[in-house]
Amino acid sequence: MSLSSSDVKRIAHLARIEVSDEEAEATLQKLSGILGLIEQMQAVDTTGIVPMSHSQDVVQRLRPDVVTENDQRAAFQAIAPAVENGLYLVPKVIE
Amino acid sequence: MINSSLKQLGAMLQAKQISSTELTQAFLQRIDDHNPEINAYITIDAERSLAQAKAADARIAAGNAQPLTGIPIAQKDIFVANGWKTTCGSKMLDNFIGPYDATVIKLFDQAGAVNLGKTNMDEFAMGSSNETSYYGKVQNPWDRTRVPGGSSGGSAAAVAARLCAAATGTDTGGSIRQPASLCGLSGLKPTYGLVSRYGMIAFASSLDQAGPMAKSCEDMALMMNVMTGFDERDSTSLQRDKEDYERELGKPLQGLRVGLPKEFFADGLSSEVAAVVESAIAEYRKLGAEIVEISLPNTQLSIPVYYVLAPAEASSNLSRFDGVRYGHRAAEYDDLLDMYCKSRAEGFGAEVKRRILIGTYVLSAGYYDAYYLKAQQIRRLIAEDFAKAFTQCDVIMGPTAPGTAFRSGEKANDPVAMYLEDLYTIAVNLAGLPGMSIPAGFASVDGKQLPVGLQVIGNYFDEARMLNVGHAYQQVTDWHTRMPEGL
Repeated sequence: MSLSSSDVKRIAHLARIEVSDEEAEATLQKLSGILGLIEQMQAVDTTGIVPMSHSQDVVQRLRPDVVTENDQRAAFQAIAPAVENGLYLVPKVIE
Repeated sequence: MINSSLKQLGAMLQAKQISSTELTQAFLQRIDDHNPEINAYITIDAERSLAQAKAADARIAAGNAQPLTGIPIAQKDIFVANGWKTTCGSKMLDNFIGPYDATVIKLFDQAGAVNLGKTNMDEFAMGSSNETSYYGKVQNPWDRTRVPGGSSGGSAAAVAARLCAAATGTDTGGSIRQPASLCGLSGLKPTYGLVSRYGMIAFASSLDQAGPMAKSCEDMALMMNVMTGFDERDSTSLQRDKEDYERELGKPLQGLRVGLPKEFFADGLSSEVAAVVESAIAEYRKLGAEIVEISLPNTQLSIPVYYVLAPAEASSNLSRFDGVRYGHRAAEYDDLLDMYCKSRAEGFGAEVKRRILIGTYVLSAGYYDAYYLKAQQIRRLIAEDFAKAFTQCDVIMGPTAPGTAFRSGEKANDPVAMYLEDLYTIAVNLAGLPGMSIPAGFASVDGKQLPVGLQVIGNYFDEARMLNVGHAYQQVTDWHTRMPEGL
């Protein structure tokens, strides 16, 4: 598998990271090295092997559907980039 | 005093030979003297630390002290701490003041320990040299031209330079054990799920685990008694009874079966490290251990598997940094999408961006089966290797890292070379097993004596035995008491 610089820009867009053409070119080489490393996996026959996501045999815990958290809006919004009237501000998205 | 064990410090505090305030001031003074060069800490807040010390002194005077009450512990800057700047080594969080306490922080606080400061780390814990930190590289106290390892490099350097009594770290692919090895200290990554991840800024959630970094295994046992335990705020926290991690300390090792994986002593291991590890194993023979050769045939595959799974999980976890609710927001942008893209481009460093891109790629439409699913399948093969090995032995031993500390900049431009640093540690995270590194001696490299770590891997929940395995060795060797010169 080989990536092109436009692939890098497409992936970066999916990841919501702005990259310049120059950066895409420089990143390309390093990403290709890493993908080359990852490619070693393809030599392994994994037919019938159950994927493993957790080492322990655990299930998702459930809890009663009740309020457990205190209101910390003021504390959380104190560190926000832009707030007004208790709301987070972002650029206008609806015309 | 700076070389005292946590137990000795606790006894001195109890006997009122020293107060927590004096102890904290002494460490703060050392930080003042040495941190400008070593750069082990990102944030020091003497006022907060001394307030905790004062409270600890009152608690000791009232007779309510616990083993760690009054002892200054450094916290990796990955743990959110209420009122403390918490950066995770990133420009993205340069303006982030923790609005709550991570469970680990809360537990040390309840135990009466003093938070001495927040230690430097690779950005979002992505790195093996501490060179990806937005706050600059950390010097290895044994040779200032070399790296301390990573990602818990600040914690490792702080313990090695005696700028704290002990520290916390986190380990996703070796981030406690490799810096412990490179800086000559003891570090333990517990079984996945033993220590709460609540408030520990997520990198790769199925692999991340916090643990102690200290001078000795005895010190780590005391810290494990504080750090571990079920937490309903972490969905992967294991519901188990509290354990006493000191309970095995002092038991003889007679008959202990030590497995040596032949793959850990193959190509890629430096001869200096191999010699030190072999002499440590000879010491274990003298202590009564039986040595058996084992095989972990999929060891080499752990690196490619990790560099699919960890970036995939990271790309998802780090999507929360969008410049809306907290963290860096770009000064200028056209619209919402542009705000996301610019804030993230400015806030993340090069290695973090690379991993997000890799993760985004392997999770993108059409590639999921070939990468993520395949990696999860091989992950099971790797875990099965260990399960088979543990039918033949009680613990596994080998090198922690393939070499000693490398020079700053040496691998900074070659991500793949950097990733190979974790060849012997990553498989342990993939399997969710506990792994530990203890000081095993020194190798002479370019006229410098550089520390070498011995890795001890245990079966699930076998930390108490592993700590005794390390403790027994530390009773007959003094590597763990050595200190770098000039400090």
